[in-house]
Amino acid sequence: MPELRDLYQELILEHSRAPRNYRELKPADHQAEGYNPLCGDRFTVYLHMDGDVIRDISFQGSGCAISKASASMMTQMLKGKTRRDAEELFGRFHSVVTGQSANGSQADLGKLAVFSGVSEFPTRVKCATLAWHTLQAALEGKQEAVSTE
Amino acid sequence: MSTAAKLPRTVRETMPGYDLEKVRADFPILRQKAHGHPIIYLDNAATSQKPKAVIDAIVRYYEQDNANIHRGVHYLSERATRDFEDARKAVQLFLHAARPSEIIFVRSATEAINLVAQTYGRVHVGAGDEVLITAMEHHSNIVPWQILCDEKGARLQVAPINERGELILEVFERLLNPRTRIVAVAHVSNALGTVNPIAAIAKLAHARNIPVIVDGAQAVPHMPVDVQELDCDFYVFSGHKAYGPTGIGALYGKLALLEAMPPYQGGGDMISSVTFAKTIYNKLPHKFEAGTPDMSGAVGMHAAIDYLNGLGMENVAAHEHELLAYGTQALSTLRGVRIIGTAKEKAGVLSFVIEGVHPHDIGTILDQEGIAIRTGHHCAQPVMEIFGVDATARASFGLYNTKEEIDALVRGIEKVQEVFA
Repeated sequence: MPELRDLYQELILEHSRAPRNYRELKPADHQAEGYNPLCGDRFTVYLHMDGDVIRDISFQGSGCAISKASASMMTQMLKGKTRRDAEELFGRFHSVVTGQSANGSQADLGKLAVFSGVSEFPTRVKCATLAWHTLQAALEGKQEAVSTE
Repeated sequence: MSTAAKLPRTVRETMPGYDLEKVRADFPILRQKAHGHPIIYLDNAATSQKPKAVIDAIVRYYEQDNANIHRGVHYLSERATRDFEDARKAVQLFLHAARPSEIIFVRSATEAINLVAQTYGRVHVGAGDEVLITAMEHHSNIVPWQILCDEKGARLQVAPINERGELILEVFERLLNPRTRIVAVAHVSNALGTVNPIAAIAKLAHARNIPVIVDGAQAVPHMPVDVQELDCDFYVFSGHKAYGPTGIGALYGKLALLEAMPPYQGGGDMISSVTFAKTIYNKLPHKFEAGTPDMSGAVGMHAAIDYLNGLGMENVAAHEHELLAYGTQALSTLRGVRIIGTAKEKAGVLSFVIEGVHPHDIGTILDQEGIAIRTGHHCAQPVMEIFGVDATARASFGLYNTKEEIDALVRGIEKVQEVFA
C-alpha cells in the first residue's frame, strides 16, 4: 500500500514552501506556460540560454506541493547544464515517476530521486511532470500553453 | 481530540422513519475499503452511488425484458416498450410535470441543455439577441449557449453573484431586456451549493415573455422538485447523480414549447413517415428521441426514482440539510479553512480551501484515509475566478452520508494540516 510519506517527503514539502528560483527572468530568451486546468496548476518557466547551455532558469506560478517542488528542484538541477543534459535528466525523471525504471537507476537522478514515491500515486504523475513539459516547450519555442492532463 | 467530536449530535432522532443504517446497507459499494479504511464517499455532486434496487432492475431488464422498443410486435418488445414508457411516467410524476409527453429521455443534463440550445435556441435567438445565464453555472450551462451565441452573433450575458455565492436578483432583473431570448440557470450550484430562487426568476422572466431553462442536475437528487410550481419552461437532470445509472437523463419541457420546436437529431423512432421527398416527424415525446434509446438506463432511473420516493424526498432533503449544518459548523471551527459558498439557501455541498495547501494535495491525503472528495475547478472555472482561487476541495453529501463521516473528514483535514505544518 502506498504511504503518504513516500509522496510528501520532507525535501518536497520544503521546496513547495520555499521554492527556489521563484521569480520572473527579465529578459528571458525562452519562456513557456504550463497549465493543468482541472487541477488549477499553472506555471511559467523562464530560460536564459547561452548557446546550448542553460545560463539561468526560473519559474513562477501556483500549484500543488508536488508540481511546485518539482519545478523548484528542476530549476536547481539544470542551471549551467546543456539542453541535452536537461533532456536526458527529464527522460530519467519521467521513467522514475511513472514507475518504468529498473531499481537502482534512481542514483542518476540525484536529489530528484525523492519523487520516486509519485509512481505509487498515478493521478499525481501529471503534477510532477508539468514543469518539465513546460521546460521542453520553452526550449522548443512553443507559443501555446502545455498541459499534462 | 478532533474539533468535531465536541459538536452536538442530534442525528437520527430528529428524523423518525429515516433509518440511515438501513439506507447504507442498500448500497453495496459502501461496504468496501479504500486504502485500508472504510470508504467515505463525499463526491456525490460528481456522481452518486447506486442502491442494489437500481443494479437489480438493470439486470432484470436484460435477463427478462430486453428488446428494441416502439417497433416490435413481439412479446419482449412490448415488455421493453412498457418498461421504457413506465420510466417516463415515473420521471413525470417525480418532477410533477403535467404529462408524460413533456418528458424527453436524453443521455444527460448536458445533452438536454444542448438539445434546447440547438432547437429552441436556434429558432429564437438571432443576431444582437441575448442569452442570460448566471456567474455560478457549470460549464454545461455556459458552453452550449456560447456555441449558439457565436453561431448567431448573439451575446451571452452573465448575472453576477455576491460574496456568499448568491445570485444578485436585482442585477439579474436589470439584465433582462427586450433582446433577452432565454434565461438559463442552475437550480443548485455544483461548486457552491447555492439554491437559486427559480420561481422568482421565472416570474421576472415571464413578465417579459422570456422562457427559463433550469439545470436541475444538483437539485433533483437532493430535494423535492415541482416543475409546475417553479413554473420553469425547461428543466433538465441526469440519472447518475440521482442514484440511477450513467448514460440517461431527462429533459422536461412545457408541451406548447416542445411541440413548436424543430427536432434535435434525425433518425429512427423520431419520424412517423419517411420518403426521399419528405419526412413527417413523430409526435411528442418521440420527436426528440432519435435512434434506439438507453432502455436499461431508463429502467435503472425508474428504480432510482422508486427508491427515492420510498425514502421521501422531504426526508432526504432534511437529512442532507442536517449534514450540511453539521459540516459547516465543524469546518468553520478549523483554523486556516475557508468555506467557499455560504449562501443562506444551500444544498449539501461544502467547497473549501486550506491556507497554504493546494486542493490537489488535500484530495490525495484524504484519499489515503478512504475519503473521496473532488478537487479542482468542478467544471465551474468562472466561479473559481470570482472567489480568487485556482481550485477548491469539495465535499458533497448524499442520502447515505453520516455525521461520523464528517467527523472523519475533519480529522482528515487536520491530518492535511499536520503534513503541511
